[in-house]
Amino acid sequence: MYEFDLERPTRVEDAVKLLSDSVESQPLGGGQTLIPTLKQRLASPERLVSLTGIDSMKGVFTDRGGTLRIGGATTHAEVAAKAAYPGLSELAANIGDPAVRNRGTIGGSLANNDPAACYPAAVLALNATIGTNAREIAADDFFQGMFTTALEEGEIITNVTFPAVRTANYQKFLQPASRFALVGVFVAKHDDGVRVAVTGASNDGVFRWSAAEEALNGDFSPDAVAGLDVPDGDMISDLHGSGAYRAHLVKVLTGRAVAAA
Amino acid sequence: MAKVTMTVNGKSVSGDVEGRTLLSAFLREDLNLTGTHIGCDTSQCGACVVHVDGEAVKACTMFALEAEGAEVGTIEGQANADGSLNAIQQAFQDHHGLQCGFCTPGMVMSAAALLKENPKPSEAEIRHYLEGNICRCTGYHNIVKAILAASGQDVSAIAAE
Repeated sequence: MYEFDLERPTRVEDAVKLLSDSVESQPLGGGQTLIPTLKQRLASPERLVSLTGIDSMKGVFTDRGGTLRIGGATTHAEVAAKAAYPGLSELAANIGDPAVRNRGTIGGSLANNDPAACYPAAVLALNATIGTNAREIAADDFFQGMFTTALEEGEIITNVTFPAVRTANYQKFLQPASRFALVGVFVAKHDDGVRVAVTGASNDGVFRWSAAEEALNGDFSPDAVAGLDVPDGDMISDLHGSGAYRAHLVKVLTGRAVAAA
Repeated sequence: MAKVTMTVNGKSVSGDVEGRTLLSAFLREDLNLTGTHIGCDTSQCGACVVHVDGEAVKACTMFALEAEGAEVGTIEGQANADGSLNAIQQAFQDHHGLQCGFCTPGMVMSAAALLKENPKPSEAEIRHYLEGNICRCTGYHNIVKAILAASGQDVSAIAAE
């Protein structure tokens, strides 16, 4: 790793101040992606601003109406243990391994927007709102292609709010070496319709499969998606699976998620 | 350099570290606690698992400064007060849960974290929990047996396989 200073502010406003002064700074969540990246010398900030010392950014809160709010610096392990919300605790419980889940955070995962990460699928399908130090961003506006989000330089995800949902389920086809999703599909049935979000499959990162949403709005059953074609043009193709294989998995996993929801 | 203070195996320790100093490096190089092994250094193998405020973490993927004020537990703190092996360590010996022993500190620390949150795990739960700990010798069979035994459960079913 190149040399850098590490700061551990305890308040959001102090972190924002550190991230916006003249020293080239980068926020540090749980570090489960950023620290390996630094070790490979793929990033060289002058300063890291750790967000895990900010208590107001931690915790899982449910209100009576079924809305769930999770602090940006909340670990996957805490979400797995405390999120009483369909699909979400199971998703968190199967990220990485136990030691990774004890460090990695929901805000870090979303800000990184890895094309094979699990949380982006949940946030997009559940129509969650990303809360930052400056504003609120709708899920549909947040994800802007792999490793790209609507976040401005130095903007911090302070919380994520998930509206009440009728039913939801996440199906992850595990890439056993990386423990990321080879393909993951999150299906959510809302009062105003079904949303289907796919991770791991596309070169553009997480996306909504609108043909499946339309079909499931008419008939919420696995059969409704069985006859659909998944466009495989922009699917990720690598040594773990071809684009056509991933496209096939998208359909299979969507059917399984609907059956399990 | 910045000063860091933490409690390691019940003893207060401090040192001067760089921002980039990993917890694993601080434990091994500053405190000479070399039982925490660096296997892959890419947070995949789990040989460096320690406890920070009671939770299993990979010491190679956390900065020493992030453990400021924390209670850190390493393999050196696992033995009983009289120096004898604790129940997990003894079970690893009894059931040959190691061959070369390189992964063992991480295995024992992960097992301890598992048994704290789930005192009677099933074989499947043990295998699921150990997904972040890689052993290249044993095929995991005897490690799983050792953890079943350490939790006071019958190992005969798995032993018969």
